[in-house]
Amino acid sequence: MKKLAVVLSIVALGTGVALADPHEDREAVMKSFGRSLGPVFPIAKEEKPFDAATVQAALVAFNEQAQKFDVAALFPEGSTSKRTSPKIWENMADFQARADKLKSDAAAAAAAPAADLAAFKTRFGGLMDNCNGCHEAYRLSGD
Amino acid sequence: MILAAGVLKRLAIAIAVLGAIGAGALWFLSAPERLNAGEVAALGNGDAGRGERIFHAGGCTSCHARPGATAEAVLELAGGLELKTPFGTFVAPNISSDPSDGIGAWSAEDLGNAMLKGVAPDGSHLYPAFPYPSYARMQPSDIGDLHAFLKTLPPVSGKAPGHQLGFPFNIRRGLGLWKLLFLSDRPVIALPADATEQARLGRYLVEGPGHCGECHTPRNAIGGTDESRWLAGAVAAEGEGNVPNITSGEGGIGAWSESDIASFLESGFTPDFDTAGGSMAAVIRNMSKLRPEDRAAIAAYLKAVPPHPNGY
Repeated sequence: MKKLAVVLSIVALGTGVALADPHEDREAVMKSFGRSLGPVFPIAKEEKPFDAATVQAALVAFNEQAQKFDVAALFPEGSTSKRTSPKIWENMADFQARADKLKSDAAAAAAAPAADLAAFKTRFGGLMDNCNGCHEAYRLSGD
Repeated sequence: MILAAGVLKRLAIAIAVLGAIGAGALWFLSAPERLNAGEVAALGNGDAGRGERIFHAGGCTSCHARPGATAEAVLELAGGLELKTPFGTFVAPNISSDPSDGIGAWSAEDLGNAMLKGVAPDGSHLYPAFPYPSYARMQPSDIGDLHAFLKTLPPVSGKAPGHQLGFPFNIRRGLGLWKLLFLSDRPVIALPADATEQARLGRYLVEGPGHCGECHTPRNAIGGTDESRWLAGAVAAEGEGNVPNITSGEGGIGAWSESDIASFLESGFTPDFDTAGGSMAAVIRNMSKLRPEDRAAIAAYLKAVPPHPNGY
C-alpha cells in the first residue's frame, strides 16, 4: 500500500511537471500531428498510389491527436517561447476559434472515408489549411 | 599676435575649403545613377506572359498586397504593409496600375531604374527595404516583361502613407553612399566553372528576383547583407524570431534532399511534415506558382552554396 502510494505520487509529480512545461507539451502534440499524417503525404503528392485503408487509418490517428489540442492547457497566458508569437495571447479568441475548427475538420475527415484520390486531396488540402493558416499568423520562424 | 591671427584665419579658410571639397565629393559620390542606354535597350518590348513568372519569383504581393488580403485580392497592389525595422518604419507603396496613386504612369525604364538602380522616376534614391540590392542582379529583359505584366493588374486608388524614419535615415541622399558599398549586379556566390545550368538558374532566382538573402542573411550595423555568411539565417529584421539558416551548415537544411526543398517550396511542408510559418507562408504561395523546374533549380543552388553555422 505504501509502495503504491509512493508510485502514485511519483506519477502525479511527473504529470505535474509535464503540465508545468507547456512548451514541450505543445511541441509534442504538434509533432504527433505530423507523425500521424506522415503516411499520407506521399499519396497527396501522388508519389504513392491512393490506398483507402492507409488514408483512413491516418485520418483517424490524426483526429485522435487533434482532439488533444487543448488551448488552455498548452498555451496558458504568458507561456511565450522562441517560436510562439505574442499575438496568440493578444488574439486569443481567434486562436481558440482556429483550434476549434482544426478539431471539427479533423473529426469530419475521420468520420467520412474518402472514396478516391480526388476526394482525399480536397479533404487533405482543407485540413492542411488549418496548419498553414495558424502557423502563418502565430508561429515565428527559426528556432 | 597679428601674425598668429592671420595664420588661424588661413587655417580656418583651408579647413572650410577642404570641408567644402569633402562635402562636394560626398554629394558627387551620392548622386543617383540611372540605367545606361544599353541597359534601357535590353529591357525589350515586354511580354506579360513571361512577366507573370517574374512577378511570382519576385514575391511582389508579399509586401505590396493590401495587408491581410487573400486569394485573388493579393493582385490588388495597394501597398500599406508596415515593416518595422531598427531604422524606422517603412511602408510598402501602392504599385498598382493606377496612374496617379500607383505606378501606372511608369515606363519600363522607370521600373528598370527602380529595380536595378534603386532610383525613383524623380531621381531620388529608394530605400533598400525595397530589395533592389537583390533585384539589381536581374536581367533587364525580365524587368521589361514584369513591367508588361504589372500593367495587366487592376488599378487601385489611394496612396499608402509615407515611411516614418528618424535622422539620419530620413536623408535619402545618404543612400547614394550606402549603394556604393552594397549595390552590385555581380552574383554573390561564384559557382564552379562546371556548375550545371540548373544551379545557375537557381542562383539567378535566389540571388536576384527571389531576394531570399534579404531575410535569410545576417546584416551588418549599417544594414548591408554580410555575404561571408550568405543565407546562414538571421535575426528577423522585422517582427520577432529568427529567419532559418538555409545553407547545409550546422542548424541549416543539410539533411534535406533537393526534392525535399523543391517540395517545400511547392507545398510548404518540411520533410518532417511541419509547415512554413510566419512570412514564409506567403513566400510559399508565390513559389508554388513557379515552374517545377524553377523550384528544382532553387534547390540545386541551395545545395551548392557554402555551408555556414546559424547566422543568428
